[in-house]
Amino acid sequence: MNILKGNAASAGVAIGPVYLYQSGRGEIPHIHIEDVRAEINRFEKAVKEALSQLDLLYKEALSKIGEKEAEIFNIHAMMLEDEDYIDSIVKIIEEQHANAEHAVDVTATGFMQMLMETDNPYMQGRAADIRDISDRLIENLSGVQGRKIVLQQPCILIAEDLTPSQTLQLDKEKILAFVTQGGSFNSHTAILAKTMGIPAVVGVSGLLCPEYFNTNAIVDGDKGILYISPDDETVSIYTEKLNAINENNLALKRMIGKETITPTGKKIRLYANAGGVSDIETALRNDAEGIGLFRSEFIYIERNHFPTEDEQLEIYRLAAEKMAGKTTIIRTLDIGADKQVSYFPLAHEENPALGLRGIRLCLCNHNIFKTQLRAIIRASAFGKIAIMFPMIISVSEIKKIKTIISEVKRELAADRHKFDNDMEIGVMIETPAAALISDELASEVDFFSIGTNDLTQYTLAIDRQNAQLNRFYDSHHRAILDLIGLVVKNAHDKGIWVGVCGELAADIELTDRFIAMGIDELSVAPNKLLELRKTIRCSLVQ
Amino acid sequence: MKEFKYVITDPDGIHARPAGGLVKLAKGFDSKITIKAGGKSADAKKLFNLMGLGVPSGCEITVSLDGSDEDECAVKLEEYFTANL
Repeated sequence: MNILKGNAASAGVAIGPVYLYQSGRGEIPHIHIEDVRAEINRFEKAVKEALSQLDLLYKEALSKIGEKEAEIFNIHAMMLEDEDYIDSIVKIIEEQHANAEHAVDVTATGFMQMLMETDNPYMQGRAADIRDISDRLIENLSGVQGRKIVLQQPCILIAEDLTPSQTLQLDKEKILAFVTQGGSFNSHTAILAKTMGIPAVVGVSGLLCPEYFNTNAIVDGDKGILYISPDDETVSIYTEKLNAINENNLALKRMIGKETITPTGKKIRLYANAGGVSDIETALRNDAEGIGLFRSEFIYIERNHFPTEDEQLEIYRLAAEKMAGKTTIIRTLDIGADKQVSYFPLAHEENPALGLRGIRLCLCNHNIFKTQLRAIIRASAFGKIAIMFPMIISVSEIKKIKTIISEVKRELAADRHKFDNDMEIGVMIETPAAALISDELASEVDFFSIGTNDLTQYTLAIDRQNAQLNRFYDSHHRAILDLIGLVVKNAHDKGIWVGVCGELAADIELTDRFIAMGIDELSVAPNKLLELRKTIRCSLVQ
Repeated sequence: MKEFKYVITDPDGIHARPAGGLVKLAKGFDSKITIKAGGKSADAKKLFNLMGLGVPSGCEITVSLDGSDEDECAVKLEEYFTANL
């Protein structure tokens, strides 16, 4: 058994035969050329050919995989048309009287080196793209084909590295894992493996041994190890691991379409947290029943100016339409001195966690707040939207908010904008104050959402980012659980519903507790949805 | 001559796709467009030049424009940065 170590690039386990791919680039001929003009013409013809090949590959990738994957071929086309790249090749042909193949090869090496010298791992990963376009040119020039990899059976694909055009043409059903000698965490192969959900290990030296072809192998994508001809014990261990992974994935997939209900008939609304529109897509794929927390900060952070009402409306509307009738709870802007945006300078604070943030910031900046409210309320015409407010500590804050909302609704109606007048209004319970006066707050709103991350920090007076405090930190501290229990009781006494949107919502050690308390909704990261549903469906709570 | 600063917010920095789009946009203008970051500078009309800057997320760049259409160019470039980077 040979054990080869590299860098873990994509998680998972694979067991199967090796397919070793060695590129047949071989020696690039270096020939002296008399008719430089003719050679340059030949080069330009090869470039045109390459551009049309890339156009076809782009269309193929677009229909087979998707926009993001197909983009790489557009980028290759742009690289091929880059002035510096072309000039370098033409210059070598002219000045050194060299054949185009050689000129391309030398240029490629130079450009790859230039990218490797940036400190940017992403750019370093793009060196493979230069290799790809240069190889394509050289093949067009020498009329050599044969970069296609044909797989007969599911296998572990091993190579120096694989170019985007090679991976595009692979039969994905036949790939169990990728292992490359070169490549990095950011290389195309690693990214593709993650998208495909198969293991990958990169940077494995001594990988390209012809004897490895067709031998049995095991890939451990979590530890970054390749076992060639593994002994019986290793095979047994990994077969068990693989079976467990497969069983788990299957069990989770079976959860799609099932009700989130305990055996005794208690129902819980299973919602997802989203920090953008693509999170909503992931949430829907994982059968989310609604969005329990739509964080609106990204709209502000990804701009260099305040998002206008229309810019915001477009996003909220898109979210509402994608959710097609399922509820989306939008949380208003929740930034502070520690989570700033460049165009909205906030004064330095000694204690930003206790500072001008969340709803306080909005109540002190009426215009910004109103713009967001207008956009959210207008969006309610296009789907089921609810709104909630962060960092609330008093009834008077809620009363102020409701006054502003009434004002906004009047203005929108006067402008003949449609909206849902029955839109639910809720608040985040994330401070001890809010939890302790939740009986009063419950009379003012339609629902609570407990933000356990901040509630925990403020209640235990512990900064979770401070590793020194780990020994003092207990996420299941009785104080927090008691506060949650109090909030649920106060909410239900006044007939409103309660959800949890912080990390504790996904903590399956607490699920039974939450079910027993009568929590109505749990909102978690999209990739935690199915696991949580599974847990709830076998909960033994009476 | 016009200049503006911008802070890159895309977690991948100036990566291939938006760099390509930026080059395409820049090539449509007469003005000379230079992007400075971390002590190095690059011609915005040249893809490899731009990628060689290796601009990461959070980095502040200075965009300098010089030419007859520098005003329109500045507006369009800023729009592009805001929307894509």
